[in-house]
Amino acid sequence: MNINPKIDKKDSLTISEYIKNFARKHSLFVLAYGTGCGAIEIPPTMTSRYDAERFGIRGAATPRQADVLLITGYLATKTLKRVIRVYEQMQDPKYVIGFGSCTINGGMYWDSYNTINSLDKYIPVDVFINGCMPRPEAVISGFVKLQEYIQEGKADGWLKYQNNIEEYRANQKRVIKNWRMPDYNW
Amino acid sequence: MDWSLILGIIITIITAFTVGMFYGGISRKVTARIQNRVGPPIWQNFLDVLKLYSKESAIHHGWMQHLGPLWAITASTATLMFVPILNNGQFYENLNFSGDLIFLIYMMVLGQLGMALGAGQTGNPNSAIGVSRGLSQMVGYKVPWLLALVAIMIQFKVTSITGILELQNEIGWLMFASPFAFIAGLLAFIGMMHYAPFDIVFAPSELASGPPSEFGGKYLGLMMTSGAIFTFAKLVLFVDIFLGGASNILELLLKTFVIYMIPVLYGIVSPRYRTEQSIRYFWGWPTFFGVIGMLYAWYMIA
Repeated sequence: MNINPKIDKKDSLTISEYIKNFARKHSLFVLAYGTGCGAIEIPPTMTSRYDAERFGIRGAATPRQADVLLITGYLATKTLKRVIRVYEQMQDPKYVIGFGSCTINGGMYWDSYNTINSLDKYIPVDVFINGCMPRPEAVISGFVKLQEYIQEGKADGWLKYQNNIEEYRANQKRVIKNWRMPDYNW
Repeated sequence: MDWSLILGIIITIITAFTVGMFYGGISRKVTARIQNRVGPPIWQNFLDVLKLYSKESAIHHGWMQHLGPLWAITASTATLMFVPILNNGQFYENLNFSGDLIFLIYMMVLGQLGMALGAGQTGNPNSAIGVSRGLSQMVGYKVPWLLALVAIMIQFKVTSITGILELQNEIGWLMFASPFAFIAGLLAFIGMMHYAPFDIVFAPSELASGPPSEFGGKYLGLMMTSGAIFTFAKLVLFVDIFLGGASNILELLLKTFVIYMIPVLYGIVSPRYRTEQSIRYFWGWPTFFGVIGMLYAWYMIA
């Protein structure tokens, strides 16, 4: 496994890293994981009225091709399992955007028996977009924030996940009772 | 060692990559404008490819999966090498020897074959469906394409592309000298570009992008590079055969752009065919025009 320790040298990017980050910033392939009601805000964001493609944001068909995992809404423990599989199939560097109040603190499902409250405990989230639901302007502003982080080299959730995998695994196994997942060699 | 040949090859590959990428960007921009959007900048595809090459790729399904994209890019570069870029250029002569049109018919299938083998090993059901669709569709559009090319070979008794280019210096463009073959070739060419309504192979909303669905990162970048080079090679081949080639790069860009815009503009206003509709289409009017082209060729030499 080839990890560049970018966490330590955030404030001094080399030229090659600058160019790479510039390309990553302007070409975000989004895998929209439409779990909750927030998925309804994705079509207007992508289509004619708000047109996210002018920022280089386009939909990806499969996790392998995606850069950004967009979790739109609440996550039942059952769907969390799928989200983890999807996230681990994505190729580094990868980013996660938590979309809506439900991913931040559970939102209106905060005391539900089978939804998770804070997504950040299970997979590393780079940008949260709050609101129930956030409008397309808010979604685009969240993407622009992610682009800023990528350019500065601060969007390093994927490194956090690699470095603290035991902690994340423990959190995941705490809520997912029937843990039957294949081992990935990402 | 002939250094000018090697330099020519390098310049040809860089030209093909750049032009193919820009054409892809222009098609995205045109699509966006027709859908009343602003759309990405026309250099967006360069950023996409740069990003894909800068990703880490850790997917392993077997050896053929790693070889598939390499095979595809080898085949498209090889196809490019055998197509004369300019009809009098020193630099772009590359590897054109006589008798290469029949060879190219085989060569143009090779990349898709490599992709099919590579995608087949990933074990993704979407890939398998995409591969089977792609091979079925190939059976569809190869029939009018072959009929058109064979009609030209019969009519003018020439199989080399350089021979066809020299011929067109004397008798004018072949799209006027053998019009039915041109129509058949153009309709087949629309299918070969894999834009809608013939995008049944890569159908992103239906098949999750089909054959490349398990390929991410650098593999996808290789495939995009290969696609750009192959697009340019196909366009130049079409221009060489039917539109009299080009004597300078500006003329080449103009002609290839006009040809490229036909599938793009037709695709934007079209929904997607089903597989059998697509094959039925190719075996309908395009094949009919191909047969008429053969009869016309036979009539002209008789």
